[in-house]
Amino acid sequence: MIAIVDYGVGNLFSLKSSFGVIGAEVQVTGDGEVIRSSEKIILPGVGAFEDAIAKLRKTGLDKVILEEVEKGKPLLGICLGMQMLFQKSYEYGEHEGLGLIEGSIKPIAPIIEEGLKVPHIGWNALVFPKEKEKSILYRYVKGGEFVYFVHSYAGVGCSDTVSATAEYGGSLTASVEKENVYGTQFHPEKSGEVGLKILKAFCEL
Amino acid sequence: MITKRIIPCLDVRDGRVVKGVNFQGLSDVSSPVDLGKFYSDNGADELVFYDITASVEGRGLFTHILQEVASQIFIPLTVGGGIHTLEDFDRVLKCGADKVSVNSGAIKNPNLVLEGAKKYGNQCVVLSVDVKRVDGKFMVFAKGGRENTGMEALSWIKRCEKMGAGEIVVNSIDTDGVKKGFDLEMLQAVCDIVSVPVIASGGAGCVEDFVTLFKTLPRVDAGLAASIFHFGEVDIPGLKKKLAENQIIVRR
Repeated sequence: MIAIVDYGVGNLFSLKSSFGVIGAEVQVTGDGEVIRSSEKIILPGVGAFEDAIAKLRKTGLDKVILEEVEKGKPLLGICLGMQMLFQKSYEYGEHEGLGLIEGSIKPIAPIIEEGLKVPHIGWNALVFPKEKEKSILYRYVKGGEFVYFVHSYAGVGCSDTVSATAEYGGSLTASVEKENVYGTQFHPEKSGEVGLKILKAFCEL
Repeated sequence: MITKRIIPCLDVRDGRVVKGVNFQGLSDVSSPVDLGKFYSDNGADELVFYDITASVEGRGLFTHILQEVASQIFIPLTVGGGIHTLEDFDRVLKCGADKVSVNSGAIKNPNLVLEGAKKYGNQCVVLSVDVKRVDGKFMVFAKGGRENTGMEALSWIKRCEKMGAGEIVVNSIDTDGVKKGFDLEMLQAVCDIVSVPVIASGGAGCVEDFVTLFKTLPRVDAGLAASIFHFGEVDIPGLKKKLAENQIIVRR
């Protein structure tokens, strides 16, 4: 069973449905015991960083996640869920993240070409770093395939863990990976067939 | 680079799609679930569901259908029609919508844009605006294009962007249904003043109209249409092939 962590942020309907389509058993839960008994953890999230991480800490689920990850359980953070894996975010102030991925979350505006729209919203192509072996999450996906992004902030200072980028007048972190910790800035549950293949690969870990 | 998006819009009344013809391999063209899935499988980048139900029972049925569509479609889903309060946002988001489109609800209460953006994020709030020329000025119309609100469209759009609208759908009443192409002049005027994505709507009659749109106005992010897709006059894979041949980046 895969636990989708419910800490009161965002809509988990599509995420849950997408696992249904690929035949994986999931449970949307805010119960630490259920998360402990799961085989894998999904950390979703939309909205603002400060509010989301505060809610996660208030429920005490941050500690559960960190302990389970320490034991080797696979974790996938999606969108804001990925951003929370980082050490810090500079979205409206400076906030501590879970610290599982080195680096921080910063506005994309200085990274991208002037005149491009923010948020970076829509379908963009995945670019895999040449010098690295392709992530196991992308075992069913080719470079250049499109996934759906909606974000104004992105991971920086994390080049060691970057498993894919997207070109938007500059290179944006599309996904990160460190041992059993995975994160996608894009929404696999909104990325059509390609996204479902990525979730399938995570289920098969 | 991000792709230009092609977005079919489905009008749903009493649980059925209002217009449609028979597509090969599609069992029921009046079923929003079947039609939505058909578009999703055939390269639509996003779907818009528009609730034109008048009654409360109809709204309940819409909610039910929406949930069924959302459970089967894994591309972004925008829902509009009858959104007047934050509770309406909540109702459709819980059923699986990703974005909420506001139009007359925002005209009646502009704070709806602000409140929606605050609670759900700018990316969630899509401003849809019906615009018509009156004495050479772009004016905002309400009630499906029947009533001039007296507001100038460009200042209204700018105001909503400032309040947190994350995308703007520009429906040109002047070109809607004419099938002679998008309203390039109007869209240009909007693109000049906003920095959020702009979605063109109204006037597409053929594949060439989309090519002209994206070639002439590179700052337009997406093209939205209804009947030309429903009646099979334009098929999305063919449209995207043509766009790609014209060096317009699309997801295929």
